[in-house]
Amino acid sequence: MALEYLGLREISGPLVILDGIENPSYEEVVTIQLNGKMRTGKIIEISGKSVVVQVFENTSEMSLTNTKTTLTGKPMMLPLSKEILGRTFNGSGRPIDGLGEIFPEKKADINGKPINPVSREYPRDFIQTGISSIDCLTTLIRGQKLPIFSGNGLPQDNLAVQIVRQAQLAGESDTQFAVVFAAMGVKNDVADFFRRSFEESGVLDRVVMFLNLSNDPVAERIITPRAALTAAEYLAYEHNMHILVILTDMTAYAEALREISSSKGEIPSRKGFPGYLYSDLASLFERAGMIHSSTGSVTQIPILSMPNDDITHPIPDLTGYITEGQIVLDRALSQKGVYPPVSVLPSLSRLMKDGIGEGYTREDHPDLANQLFASYAKVQDVRSLASVIGEDELSPLDRLYLEFGRKFETLFLNQGKNENRPIGTTLSLGWSLLSMLPREELDRIDSEILDKYYKPQNEAV
Amino acid sequence: MATTVKGYIYGINGPVVHVKGSSDFGMMQMVKVGEEGLIGEVIGVESDHTIVQVYESTTGLHTNEPVESLGMPMSVTLGPGIIGNIFDGIERPLKDLEQKSGAFLDRGIHTSAIDLQKKWNVSMCCKQGDSVSAGSIIATLPETSLVVHKVMVPAGINGTIEETVPDGAYSAQDTLVKIRTDKGSIVDIGMVQTWPIRTPRTVRERKPISRPLITGQRIIDTLLPIAKGGTAAIPGGFGTGKTMTQHQLAKWCDADIIVYIGCGERGNEMTQVLEDFSKLVDPKSGRPLMDRTVLIANTSNMPVAAREASIYTGITLAEYYRDMGYHVAIMADSTSRWAEALREISGRLEEMPAEEGFPAYLSSRLSGFYERAGYVENLNGTEGSVTIIGAVSPQGGDFSEPVTQNTKRFVRCFWALDRQLAYSRHYPAINWLTSYSEYIDDLYTWYEENVDENFLKYRAEIVSILQEESQLMEIVKLIGSDVLHDEQKLVLDIAKIIRLGFLQQNAYHKSDTYVPLTKQFKMMELVLYLRKKAKEVISKQIPISQLRETNIFEDTIKLKYDIGNDELEKFEEYKHKIDRLCAQIIQNQQ
Repeated sequence: MALEYLGLREISGPLVILDGIENPSYEEVVTIQLNGKMRTGKIIEISGKSVVVQVFENTSEMSLTNTKTTLTGKPMMLPLSKEILGRTFNGSGRPIDGLGEIFPEKKADINGKPINPVSREYPRDFIQTGISSIDCLTTLIRGQKLPIFSGNGLPQDNLAVQIVRQAQLAGESDTQFAVVFAAMGVKNDVADFFRRSFEESGVLDRVVMFLNLSNDPVAERIITPRAALTAAEYLAYEHNMHILVILTDMTAYAEALREISSSKGEIPSRKGFPGYLYSDLASLFERAGMIHSSTGSVTQIPILSMPNDDITHPIPDLTGYITEGQIVLDRALSQKGVYPPVSVLPSLSRLMKDGIGEGYTREDHPDLANQLFASYAKVQDVRSLASVIGEDELSPLDRLYLEFGRKFETLFLNQGKNENRPIGTTLSLGWSLLSMLPREELDRIDSEILDKYYKPQNEAV
Repeated sequence: MATTVKGYIYGINGPVVHVKGSSDFGMMQMVKVGEEGLIGEVIGVESDHTIVQVYESTTGLHTNEPVESLGMPMSVTLGPGIIGNIFDGIERPLKDLEQKSGAFLDRGIHTSAIDLQKKWNVSMCCKQGDSVSAGSIIATLPETSLVVHKVMVPAGINGTIEETVPDGAYSAQDTLVKIRTDKGSIVDIGMVQTWPIRTPRTVRERKPISRPLITGQRIIDTLLPIAKGGTAAIPGGFGTGKTMTQHQLAKWCDADIIVYIGCGERGNEMTQVLEDFSKLVDPKSGRPLMDRTVLIANTSNMPVAAREASIYTGITLAEYYRDMGYHVAIMADSTSRWAEALREISGRLEEMPAEEGFPAYLSSRLSGFYERAGYVENLNGTEGSVTIIGAVSPQGGDFSEPVTQNTKRFVRCFWALDRQLAYSRHYPAINWLTSYSEYIDDLYTWYEENVDENFLKYRAEIVSILQEESQLMEIVKLIGSDVLHDEQKLVLDIAKIIRLGFLQQNAYHKSDTYVPLTKQFKMMELVLYLRKKAKEVISKQIPISQLRETNIFEDTIKLKYDIGNDELEKFEEYKHKIDRLCAQIIQNQQ
């Protein structure tokens, strides 16, 4: 069974080609012995007896003659048990915290299997994050995949940590909540920031970390999110836990995919990314959700940095087509000192409509959110007009809108890094802002709700 | 029958498998791959090997595993039990798969597309001695509370009926009639037949398009109508509401049967359709919408090759019901994912790419798909139609990319979704300036005869007001609205009423989610009436601000909520209110 193959035919970046392999199977894992050390790889193409292997570690020091390769006959498996809570692993799922190997209760294929759409439970449970812009306007729902679109130098990590800390408080019981954190190609400091923040908020023993830092091998980066999601699915569906998965940074992941694709000589599509980038990202993001046969859930918050703040770049673009909305951070807001700098107009939560309103949050929530979006969109029009003709030339109504826009940003969007606003407070804040505008301008709200909540005399915000 | 051909696996690259060992595989034949018998299709034959695309995950497949031809092209099974069901891209019922493999999809599971055990109440509608041909209806049975299934003679069979069974309960396996064919042999006919998915089903002739598909969505029915048997594309960047628009159409359009294809989209969306449509009630019949709907779900994480097939599976099912004399509408969400599946397979085959890596045959495949729509006379003399509404997800929201551009060539309705509208939560975010419908001329007579002879005249006025507004807005953006004359200001105010009070429609409001054509007409009429009256006021040198102070414009916007769908008489009352207000303003002035 354990045949050893000596030597290689070709080495190209993270890929090696072997000849004369007997009976290989697609995507099976191979181990490569080199100077007494072991490396692993995966078969990614078979043509007769020659196979292409992607090496997860790097291929440095390899030559055409100094390796011994063995086929394992299995795809990549991750050992799992409840002990993984509180542990730290490298990008391919090996413990790196010095606490020893995991005694596996089971081993699972890291590629996972697609959830049958019939078995899915449609997500409806509101998660209170305590952040007004998210709770009111882009509500997070348990089982949702809601990415943060960020740019370099924006506080996406602070926001993610704040969500983890505050969402946990609103969750049911602490024992049912856990975080799976996957770092792909992030800086050492960033990984450290997350670890420290988890420690400070006392959740570290409920966090599973998978770390592939920016100086770790590129090919391993392809495995990291898959290993993390396998762990998340195991905890959610077999131990009925509510898992929040943070994947950062998806841009580095997609770039790793591009690197490997180009060394395989594949035909590129936009900006050199492989044509299957959409399918590949979907195979990760679709692993969020809830199923009928379990009470657990997997909620994903992937973080990606938009190259050059461009939302039409293939990575944010394809992500937006797969995920159930997006939270977009904006540099201009950040420079105005607004935290979190959520650019509300392009932000969206697709599952929000079914998880808010009467019976979930409050009856006025849907109309209020719609009106805030519409009025803030109007503010943008007025601002562009003001930048041409000057503020003094504006009509009184337009000036009112400008004032509304300013207050919306400084009072509603802006909040402290530790400030946890309950949903009731957030909604009332929204109403007090709308009360600045005359009633005729509020065309998205049902008359009954207006009668109940619109109090123009309370103009002081 | 063709003899089976056997080979073995030589190479594997993603869903593409190279097979050696036989040169007898035919193009487009269905094959079983590997020990588990994964379903695949031959997509290329070369001198020393055959290329197969596999509709399931190929992980763990070994070289030298057997590959066996099934002797027929890639086909679907057609029979009762399709409506109300949810299938994957190659017509495997997902509920059966759930029973067999749990919440996560395994591969290599074999199951029948339709329930062979279930008994149906069959009423025969032919007798011994009748001469029948392909497409003739021989029996009917109630498939769901909304759909009567008509059992038809399969293609290629002509002859006389030798024997029939009496009315009663039969399963899909039972023989209903025996036919002596023209060639003299006896054929047993049951409820089930198969049809190759890539071949359009035969019809007697195509009929000219003359009837609209009524959707209850104002911007579509009034401004950009689609015809039964027509084609439409909904392009839009992410978050602009493609799926939402498709859901609205699937819920409310007046087709008899809906085929909803979730092609490479989100799993939760399919779950939502399944849940919503089982609960939502069809306004005409009071039965759940699921009783007229078929779902095909190939979500983005399911195998790519099956995504490519799902579109064809869906349209073949649609054509089958059209042949029974039904009007079928297909929602394909999204054709871009289907095109990407083509690109991915093409890339694995190392074909020469055309634009952005898409294969050169993209446009011919797209046209082949959209041309399967149409209003036809079937072989059995009934009339039916297939309407295709395809969502397009252009990369970066840029409509100049190949899928949008090629689709534009083959559809006659183009509902362009606009990011700016979506950002201000104006839904449906269909941009009225860049969208178009070529069906207006075809439907002219229908609207005149069935709604009102003024319908198209009013529609033209509405369109011209919106055009005028967009020109005026250019000025306003530069120098503000104060410099405009009152007449121009009135155009802006009326256009605002049209935008917010007419084009914008709330899918979550119980009466606004579906609006009958008669009310749409009354709304248009009222807006134009208000404009006429307001013009009279302005012509007396009264500033428009006086009109604005009465809040008449805001009130008109809210009419869509205030007047129910069956309270059309209130429009007349409202006209009197306008009359009174205007008269009062004029009086005050004097």
